[in-house]
Amino acid sequence: MNHLKKVIYNCKQATLLIEKRQIKSLSFRETIELRIHLAGCSMCKLYNKQSQVIHQMVLQLFHDTQQQASSLVLDETFKKELQDRIETELNNT
Amino acid sequence: MVTEKQSLDPRNWVNAHADYLYAYTLSRLNDEEQAKDLVQETFLAALEKVDRFEGKSTERTWLTAILKNKIIDVYRKKSSGLANISEKKAEEEQKDFFEEDTGHWTEAHQPLPFGIEDQEPLRAKEFNHILQLCMQKLPVLWKSVFTMKHMDDASTEFICSEMRVTQANFWVIIHRAKLSLRACLQKNWI
Repeated sequence: MNHLKKVIYNCKQATLLIEKRQIKSLSFRETIELRIHLAGCSMCKLYNKQSQVIHQMVLQLFHDTQQQASSLVLDETFKKELQDRIETELNNT
Repeated sequence: MVTEKQSLDPRNWVNAHADYLYAYTLSRLNDEEQAKDLVQETFLAALEKVDRFEGKSTERTWLTAILKNKIIDVYRKKSSGLANISEKKAEEEQKDFFEEDTGHWTEAHQPLPFGIEDQEPLRAKEFNHILQLCMQKLPVLWKSVFTMKHMDDASTEFICSEMRVTQANFWVIIHRAKLSLRACLQKNWI
């Protein structure tokens, strides 16, 4: 009972569960605890909403970063040096 | 069914894969010099392993796997030693987020609506810029774990073993990183 009470009234615990839920499914007990907490806590309800939006935006940002990076290329001098280095290594063995 | 056995052609690596590996690294480390170094190290390490290549994956997949390990080494190095200080500082800041005895949000840090609750695509671009700045502020360990999880979709077990954190600690890091990001966004997005 004490433990249950603790989570139901504890925003720190509740927000941890909110984050956990975005990555894996919660246990039955955790699901109930979080549901009860959210039913009575408008701040965590707002957090939950914001957290999900941020999650989507982070995924989008990482996706964009990869897209942008894919158009970047190494300079030719560096590539030439790298090629020479590989040739040397290959010839030595 | 017979699958074609893949082979390696080191003389063509630079031409075929260098740009790809460079971009792969840059999107994860955001440091051009370091990215160049890692591409070079990857090729040199690969040359030494050529005879151990079993032909089960493509040349590019094989090279990328070697590079991935090198990137994780960098994450690990960056988040040890002096970097711990920024983590301690960030943890300290979060102490004020919740009341110590009850775990309630404190008045100063409670979530307030700041306009992302109902997504407006038009403003997404400006928002992304702030999000990026807020990400840069995260302690390296948090950011590394966050990147591995959300960019590479790595398994929790894998991240824990590579970054040498326990499962419990993993969830604490994910939680803290998000608390920090959200607070930073609320503060800067008005």
